[in-house]
Amino acid sequence: MADALIPMPHEDFAPLSRQTLAPRAQRPSLSYWQDAWIRLRRNRQAWASLWILFALLLFTVAGPWLWTLDPSEQTLSRVSEPPSWHKEALVLPPPAPYREELRSGWPEAPATAVDPQTLAAPANFAFIEAPSIQGVRLRWDPVPGASGYLVYRVPERQPADSSALGIPVGEIQGGNHVSFEDTFNLKAGTYWYSVVARNGDESPRFSGLRAELVDGIPLESARQESASAQPGQRVRLQSHPLGTDSLGRDLLARLIRGARVSLFIGLLAPFLAGALGILVGGLAGYHGGRVDQLLMRFTDFVMALPFLLFMILIQVACGMEAGDSGIPVMLLALVALSWTSMARLVRGQVLQLRQADYVQAARLLGARPMTLLLRHLLPNTLGVVLVSLTFAIPQAIFTEAFLSFIGLGVVPPTPSWGSLCNDGIQTFLTSPHEFVFPALLISLTVLAFNLLGDGLRDALDPRLRSHP
Amino acid sequence: MIRLLVRRLLTGLATVFFIVTATFLAVHWVPGDPLLQDKGQAPEVRAQLIHEYGLDQPLGVQYGVYLRKLARGDFGISFTQQNRSVNDIIREHFPVSATLGLLALALATLGGILLGSISALRRGRAADQATRLAVILGISVPSFVFAAILQYGVSELNQRAGMTVLPVGGWGTAAHLLLPSLVLGLGTLAFLTRLMRSSLLEVITQDHVRTARAKGLSERQVFWSHQLRNALLPVITTLGPAVAALTTGGFVVESVFAIPGLGRYFVQAVQQLDYTVILGLTVFYGTFLVLMVVAIDLVYAWVDPRIRWEHHG
Repeated sequence: MADALIPMPHEDFAPLSRQTLAPRAQRPSLSYWQDAWIRLRRNRQAWASLWILFALLLFTVAGPWLWTLDPSEQTLSRVSEPPSWHKEALVLPPPAPYREELRSGWPEAPATAVDPQTLAAPANFAFIEAPSIQGVRLRWDPVPGASGYLVYRVPERQPADSSALGIPVGEIQGGNHVSFEDTFNLKAGTYWYSVVARNGDESPRFSGLRAELVDGIPLESARQESASAQPGQRVRLQSHPLGTDSLGRDLLARLIRGARVSLFIGLLAPFLAGALGILVGGLAGYHGGRVDQLLMRFTDFVMALPFLLFMILIQVACGMEAGDSGIPVMLLALVALSWTSMARLVRGQVLQLRQADYVQAARLLGARPMTLLLRHLLPNTLGVVLVSLTFAIPQAIFTEAFLSFIGLGVVPPTPSWGSLCNDGIQTFLTSPHEFVFPALLISLTVLAFNLLGDGLRDALDPRLRSHP
Repeated sequence: MIRLLVRRLLTGLATVFFIVTATFLAVHWVPGDPLLQDKGQAPEVRAQLIHEYGLDQPLGVQYGVYLRKLARGDFGISFTQQNRSVNDIIREHFPVSATLGLLALALATLGGILLGSISALRRGRAADQATRLAVILGISVPSFVFAAILQYGVSELNQRAGMTVLPVGGWGTAAHLLLPSLVLGLGTLAFLTRLMRSSLLEVITQDHVRTARAKGLSERQVFWSHQLRNALLPVITTLGPAVAALTTGGFVVESVFAIPGLGRYFVQAVQQLDYTVILGLTVFYGTFLVLMVVAIDLVYAWVDPRIRWEHHG
């Protein structure tokens, strides 16, 4: 038997490298936050909201550099102007001094009693000179038996009968006074003027005249826009893309300014309140027992306070001096009243997490209480905290808007979106843009934060993690 | 049940006491002089007034006097209208706010439950999508914006119709109630719809619902006695805070619609620094809210047997 040895080459006994045998992971593993981010990006609404918020931030921060108009500068010749980009105006010549026309030899009042019902309509009702928005000058022939005249004005529609003459703009005493100048709040457009004779009561007969007012600006204001302006020229006016308010201030500039106030309060207050809530809730949850009882009872009390009432009360209690904007006080009041829900939330989370194995392990390894709280407990409540924060922000914006709207919040002249709404609603029927734009901005901001909050909640909810 | 009631009432009492103290301190911390409205006052008159309102006594004594009066249900006399007691003001204006608030609450609750149920049962379909859109708008648009839009729309309508179809402000008839309570209730309505939807969606998937179906109940029976009842629980818990939101939310609605309610009176009192009125109204509202929360707690315990048992053990 040939006990031939099977050849065993030395190389066969060399150890294999570890690499080749180790199984390959199919996909890289994701951390909690990476996963949440991916899921947030898949949520179209939340992603769009994030962009909207980014745009709002840009609007607020970069706005004053891009749109340099002074938000508090008043142009009284251009009040409550609707939005327009390109605006030119005719420079009007300075008006000649107005002199009232008196018919000489005509009696001031008739010698005998006259029934006003029988009075004729004034004849030859005409313009003294071309009407402009600087003034409409009217004249007419005297009416026998009249002791005075009334001038009415109605925009656009021709009055059908004497009950639809519009607003009385002039009351002229004396039958021999036969002219009138109307300068009251004239805007470009069509007006119908009527004149009625009277003697005690008014006559039912009237004469009508149509006035077509061309937009223009007085020479004086034109010189402010461009120094070389001449009457008859057209000058380019400062554009107000969102119109002006009732004092002729640029609405866009005011909205940018107001955004700073509203978003400052709306973002900072929830952050400060959240920090306070985390502190109280964390301590209560971590210590448990007496401390927990005491802190949570206090939290319950603060929670039971009627929110808006105490908001107002705290603001009153802090007092306000002339020149204060009311912003710090409002911040303080918001923080003092809205930390409670965060405290409850964090306490509940910490109570739950305290029993978790990894915390026990950390404790066994000798982690100090502060390390335990700051490194192990609080970071793991961050998801819930973040979601709650995104919902607290619209709440704060709302509260600021409400209070400023009823006049108990940010004090004028500091604009906030709420106080802009308050200003705008006074003139809502005649110039809706003053109310619509700030209201739209508030709604859009709150909507974006709400949708983002929804998306974050879905993205951070561990129960939804496995099946996005 | 009795034990629960007593316990809740005691906590409520403690809360009211806390509210009274906090408000009292806040009001006395306010700078300024409430009696200085009338500049030309003789010093004797002023001294007499200070004495009558007890302002010459130490804060502790004032607090004691106030508590003793409060225990008898006496809120004191207004600083700016010296012939009127805060009790009169409450008696006169609270019914207005309460009517408005209750109507808005009813609207919000019924509407919220209805819309939420429809949205959940028709999940993913057009009705659901529409409701969700409406809800997110309802939560995001401030009530004063709704008020303005509604007022504008209705006044246009009135003009077109040539008569007052619906009044856009003021107080008096039942028609005056409609717009303000709608505006007041909208936010809560949206919130409750959302809550009802998610709560019902959770209930729908539960075993007891499947069992009910398996034993042959009709869809209607399953909904009314198995799904709705359980889904209502979270809605009921939020009714307490909802009442709070509606009574204080009245501030804005009352001022927009020119309604002589307590909220508007409070705002006015704040502007005039009428301390007794501010104090009295805050305490009154606070007590009212605490009582509401206690009542809601009891309703909750009545609806959900688990809570009753918990407190028996």
